Order: sequence, then C-alpha cells, then structure tokens
Amino acid sequence: MSDIVAPSTTVAGPLDVAGTLALVQEALPDAKPVSAGPTDYLEVAPDQLIEALQVLRDQGGCDLLSSITCTDYLSYQGRARAKDGPRFEVVYHLYSTAQGGDCVVLHVPVDDGESLPTATPVYPGANLQEREVWDLYGLVFDGHPNLRRILLWEGFEGHPMRKDWHEAYYEEDQKPFRSRHPRADFARSEDKVPWGKNTRYPADWDPDDWQEPVTYVPVSQDPRSRNGAGDHLSTESVVVNLGPHHPSTHGVFRMIVRIEGETVIALEPDMGYLHRNHEKIGERNTWLMNMPFTDRLDYINSMSNNWGYALAVEKLMGLEVPERAEYLRVIMAELSRIVNHLWSIGFILNDLGALQTPALYAIEEREMILDLFESVSGARMMCNYLRFGGVHRDLPAGWAERARYVVHERLPRALDQLDDLLSGNEIVNTRGRGVGYLSAEQLISLSVTGPMIRAAGVPYDIRRCEPYGVYDRFDFDIPTLPHSDVYDRYYIRLLEARESVRIVQQALAGLPEGDILAGKGGYVFRPPEGEAYGRVEGPKGELGFYLVSDGKPNPYRYHIRAPSYINLNALAPMTVGYKVADAIVILGAIDIVLGEVDR
Amino acid sequence: MFGTGLLKGLGITFKHLVDTYKDDIQSTPARYQGSDDRGKGLKVIDQPVDQEGLLTIQYPEERRLLPERFRYIPMLIWDTETDEERCTACGICAKVCPPQCIWITRATDEAGKPVTRPQDFFIDATICMSCNYCVEFCPFDAIKMDHDAELASFERFPHLVYDKGELTVPLDYYAALWPTQYAEEQERRAQEAAEARAKEEAKAARAAVKKEEEEAPAPEAKLSRAEELKQKAMERARQRREAQS
Ligand code: SF4
Ligand code: SF4
Repeated sequence: MSDIVAPSTTVAGPLDVAGTLALVQEALPDAKPVSAGPTDYLEVAPDQLIEALQVLRDQGGCDLLSSITCTDYLSYQGRARAKDGPRFEVVYHLYSTAQGGDCVVLHVPVDDGESLPTATPVYPGANLQEREVWDLYGLVFDGHPNLRRILLWEGFEGHPMRKDWHEAYYEEDQKPFRSRHPRADFARSEDKVPWGKNTRYPADWDPDDWQEPVTYVPVSQDPRSRNGAGDHLSTESVVVNLGPHHPSTHGVFRMIVRIEGETVIALEPDMGYLHRNHEKIGERNTWLMNMPFTDRLDYINSMSNNWGYALAVEKLMGLEVPERAEYLRVIMAELSRIVNHLWSIGFILNDLGALQTPALYAIEEREMILDLFESVSGARMMCNYLRFGGVHRDLPAGWAERARYVVHERLPRALDQLDDLLSGNEIVNTRGRGVGYLSAEQLISLSVTGPMIRAAGVPYDIRRCEPYGVYDRFDFDIPTLPHSDVYDRYYIRLLEARESVRIVQQALAGLPEGDILAGKGGYVFRPPEGEAYGRVEGPKGELGFYLVSDGKPNPYRYHIRAPSYINLNALAPMTVGYKVADAIVILGAIDIVLGEVDR
Repeated sequence: MFGTGLLKGLGITFKHLVDTYKDDIQSTPARYQGSDDRGKGLKVIDQPVDQEGLLTIQYPEERRLLPERFRYIPMLIWDTETDEERCTACGICAKVCPPQCIWITRATDEAGKPVTRPQDFFIDATICMSCNYCVEFCPFDAIKMDHDAELASFERFPHLVYDKGELTVPLDYYAALWPTQYAEEQERRAQEAAEARAKEEAKAARAAVKKEEEEAPAPEAKLSRAEELKQKAMERARQRREAQS
C-alpha cells in the first residue's frame, strides 16, 4: 500500500535511567534510592507521588506509565527489608517510547488503611491498573474517577491478593502440599470443607437483595442526550449490554454502552468473568511451576508468555542462556506472533460481518505452525516449552526442514493472498478507515502498547528499543502506519507478520549448534532476594512480569502486566462517537484475549 | 471496481476446491500417503506440510497422527524386563506437579517399614495440566506421557481420578508410543547399569561374575509376558473408549 510510513529502524537512544532518577531526587530531596537485586528504584512518599510523576513525564521524557502494581510485605521472609516498614508498596514502572531503554521504577510505601493519590491526572492509563490494585489489595486511590472492583464482583468478600486472605478450599500457603506424599488420602477439597461452599459474602451483604448499581457511565463521559436542543426530535439515550455472551466479544466480556440512536455516547468495559486470581496461584507455586500457568494467560501465544516469565526470572538469577536456546526462543516466539496476527486478522474480518470464511483461510496456516509446536514441545497451545536458562527440548528430526518449508513457501504465499483479498476490499476499507481514531499521544498516555501504537505511527517495539534475546542480530523492520484507525490496525498486523517471517527465516538459517539449557536444570530454584521486571514484545503489546523474590523457593510476588488488559484503557475513548456496529470492530482491532485480561 | 472483492473471494474459495481435487487425483489411490488405515473406517492421517486444498480431518473417522512428543495424561511404566513397576514412590513427581494432582502413598512391608514402592498412586486427570514436569523430573523413568486423549466421561469422580491400576502400562506400550525417546533412554539406562555394574564388580571383584548370566530369564517367556501385558493395556484403552461411545 502506498501510505506506509518509511519503516523506522532506529530509536533515539536508550533512556538514561540513573539520570532520570537523579532528576526526581533533585525535585524531591526526600525520595530514597533503594537497590533490590538487579533493580534500582526510588522510594517516594504518597504525597509526593504526583510531583514525582510529573517530573518524570515532563522533564524525564517518560511518557509511558507501563505498569502499576502492589506488593503486600506482610509475610516477607528475606533479610533485605526492615520488618516494621509499611505493609504495602505500590510499584510504578515507566518507560520512554521515544528513547527506549530500561525502565524507571518508583515505589510508594503505604500502610494498611492509608490511601495514595491517583495517577490518572498525569497518566490516564493508570485507570484500569489502579482499579485492579484496589480490587485485589484494597488500597484506595484518592481522586480516581471510577474506583470500583474490576476483576471481582461487588459481593466479593475481602481483597484476595493480601497475604492473609484465604480462599474456601485453602490448604497451605506454599506448594508442594504435604498431603500428597508419602501418605496420600485422595479426597476432593469440596468434601473436606464442612460447609461445602466456596462463596462467602461480606457481613452486611445479602445476595438476594443486591442490585447492581447503575454507575455504568464513568464520570469522564457524558451520559446526557446530545441532540436535545437541535433541529432533531429530542431522543433519549438507552443502555445496551454487548455481552458477556456475545460472539463478537472474543470470550466472556461485556461492554456496557449508552447509545443514542446508533451512536455510542458512553462505554464501559466490564470484565473478570474468567478471573481465577492467577497471581495468587503464582505466589503459592514454586518458581518453575508457574511456567505452564503462563501458557494459560494469552492462550494463543504460550511461547511468548513463557519467554516473558523466563526473562524476568533469568534477570533475577543472573542466568545466561546458550545461543542455540536463544535462537529457538526467537523462532518459537515469532511463529507464535504470526499465529496471533493471522488469528486477529481473521477475527477482525469476522467482526466486520465476513463470518468465518476469511477467518478460516487466515488460520489455515496456523494449523501448520501448531503442528510444528506440537512436534517440538508436545502441545499445540499449552506449549510449556521454555525453562529458566534455555528451552526444554531440542528440535526433533526433520523439524527444521518442515519449518523452513512453512516460512519460505506457505506463509509468504498465505500472507500475500490475505493482503490481496482484504486490503483493497471495499467493505474493509469503508468500515475500517477513519474508524476508532485516537492520536498517538492519547494512546501512549493511556498506556497502550503493541501493534495499536505502531498503527498510530509510533515505532515503539521492545525487540528494537530494549532488545532481549538475540533480536539485535536479525535484520527486520518495525513497520508503522499513520492513521491510527481500524484499517491500519488490521494492516499493521499483516506487515508485522511479514517481518516475523523474515526473522524466522534468518533464525533458521543461522541456528547454531550447542547446548539448549544452561545450568543444571532441576526443579528447585531460589533466586536471590530482589525484584525484577522482565518484558517482551508480545504479539498484543508489552508483556511484562514483575517478580519479587525473598530468597525462598516460591516467588514472593508474581505480577503480570497484561497487554490486552491495559490496552482496554483505550476502548471507551476510541469508541465514543462511533456507531454501535463500529464498537464491535474497534474492540476486535484491539485484539484482546480474555485469559489474559481476566487472569 | 464494484464487485471485485466478491470475485476475488470467490476465486480463492474456488481455488481451494480445485486444489483439493488436484491433491486427490495426484495421490490416488490414497489421499494421504504414509497414513495408517486401521480398518473399520478408522484412519490415522499424517498430514504432509505441503498439503494443499482441503486441510480438514474428518474426526472421528479420521484422526491425526500424533507426534511422538504429544503429551496428555501421564502413565506409570511396568518394567517388563524386571517384571516390576519402576516407580519407587520417591515423591518427586508429586512435588513438582504444578496443580498438585498426584497423590502417592508409599507401601510398607509386614513390619510396617516403608518400602520403595507405591501402594497408591492417584492422578486426578481433571486437574492435570499436561505440563510434563512429572515425566521430566522422575529420576527412574517411571512415569511417561500417554497419547490417549479421548477420556470424556459423565462423572468426574471417580472416573477421572485414575488409580495405580488404571495408570500402569507395560514398557512396550510406551516403547511403541515413544520410539525415539525410548531408544535413547534404553541406551542411557544400559550405560548407567553398566557403570553401576562396573562399580559393583570392582567392589566384589571375584565373587559375582557368573551370577548375572544365570539370573536372566528365558527370552521367550519374557516376550510372551510382554505381549500379554501389551494386549491387556490396549484392550483396556479400547474398553474405555467403547464405554464412552
Ligand atoms: S513416578 Fe517417578 S518421580 Fe514419581 S514417585 Fe515414582 S519414581 Fe518418584
Ligand atoms: S503432567 Fe503436570 S499436571 Fe499432570 S500430573 Fe504430571 S506434573 Fe502434574
């Protein structure tokens, strides 16, 4: 197509993290620098947080507030922390999209019952993540526009990520459970719990009387009739639920929209139907046990989920990965990106009303790639292929030849065919062009990452701006498109899939011989005390893992910065003003997967 | 131009149709060469990577040939060479299992002392996430991945909680499912055994040289026993499948 912006291959140079932290310290002499394992951060008091964020945004160039999360230090066993410090620490990770490079980390200690100011005035993208912290930890963000539960429901008792919260079938804090060996009496937890129910309600709460509060329209949006005073008839707006069981929501996801005629005047995403408190499970697990659980986040891309987690743990342990394993990781992650992009292209078409046929053509090649995954790892989707320090198994005989056939013959042909069929298609053009526009600045301030911002002209790709693995050895472009609409979001995925094909071709050609796993392997890992944030350019955006270790065999904190979840920040601003039918396509073009949104 | 999109789309669909027939004609008499016809209309298909046209496999009449590394629910190995189970109830698999769905009770001898054999061994198949860790970390090659994926049943409890009897398969069954890995493993085990033997021999240098030859059971008896066990395991798998349908 003619309107591709020249692919940019460089960014302005890595962010000077130490210098940026010094800027904050200059403005706020009380901020305390701390070093925890591989991470250096600044500890900022709650009342100085906003000032610190402003300094970082306006002087430090950190325009992307990537992740907000919290750690409850109630049962921390390590030696590096004073026992009597405040119970919680809220953690902020900030990046610069223009300069790339590593992140700036802020910690805000808060005690139980205290609150801290919301970051939404400085970074509107803090919205969903602060709601998550409120929901799971019960920390109040003063001034947040819509501080309601998000993953759990209103009648849920307690805040489950607190270390002292226990579920109904609670057995032990840490795996392995003692009841399994050497004296097992197999019994279902349901039968052992005398009341046999796994729900508890808050004391003053009755499920029969309760009615969902109609606070659907967030404060930021205008619920009133728009054309009351015009030449038109005065009409009333109505609230419509799209989902949770709706074929276009790509899973169990609900959009509560207020429409006037056909026009959306307010929208509120509602999620959590698939919530299983993945992070709490993760803190019970040992380090290694979490690997197959990451498969289940974005279940289309288990290979890159594995990588994000492995990367964070390797950072924490200071593990080197053998070269062959690095190449294998690149091959698998890029194949998985192709799968994801084919899938999302197919489903954008589905959402446009071209039901199933184009989607099936788009995912035909996916079958071939899944066959490859299956023969190397044993599973098509839940691959569980990476290990700390390498990969699980080497390639079976004949694998490389098959993969070569797929990336040299099949995939280029299939992508060309899709391009030819869809890119010039009238319906794709009329329904896609100019729909769901949001400027690059808005998207970044809403913490959106991945193909969405590249379709808005921002060449921000972690593989290029903070290269991990061996990505710096391959010749590939970061395609960008200028219009930031649904059409560009469709087309950018096609372009990125082509780049991935190029990378896999090169990686297969240059695949070195050698070891695939560093160290002794084994199943017990005790990373030294500290914290680390590892991130990869997942097919849906920045996939980050924030880990805290207290030197024990189970992670003390295990948090996932889920790109599909955080990209939903942009859903409402993007949809308001368009027709209700466009809402479906706009959601489709964000490309969410509910396993990752709800966690 | 008006309608080009439609024509293009139909063109692609038409091409698929033609490709399918072309593929059929080229590969007469059988659509998938190298595939396995198991009789009774059941075919196991090894789809080539250059397959064009129709990619659909008509399950359940046709099934995909599963790659060797395919993993589903673990199985316990009955070593037909030594005629005993390989599991020593060491508990490592129960320790590494992420959803903690393995339950092991160690057996005791008459005096009540624990011995290195499992008395009970349960796997809750509804919870197992097929992660392969139990197989990966078992130091005795006692637990391996089964390929039987058709486990649907009406009740979870107790049908999908497998006990030791249901989990145990003879070594040959495993060898047939995992030929490459089995060969590598046998080599490694033989080597380890040789090393262990060498050590032992060095220790009791003179005494035990001849004993070994005497101890080996007659090869024919071993074979027939293996065959019998294999038949049993296959029969059980078949029954399970039939019971479902
Ligand atoms: S199966 Fe292997 S790991 Fe599990 S108890 Fe038996 S010998 Fe130990
Ligand atoms: S495959 Fe994984 S989940 Fe299943 S029994 Fe083995 S260790 Fe447990």
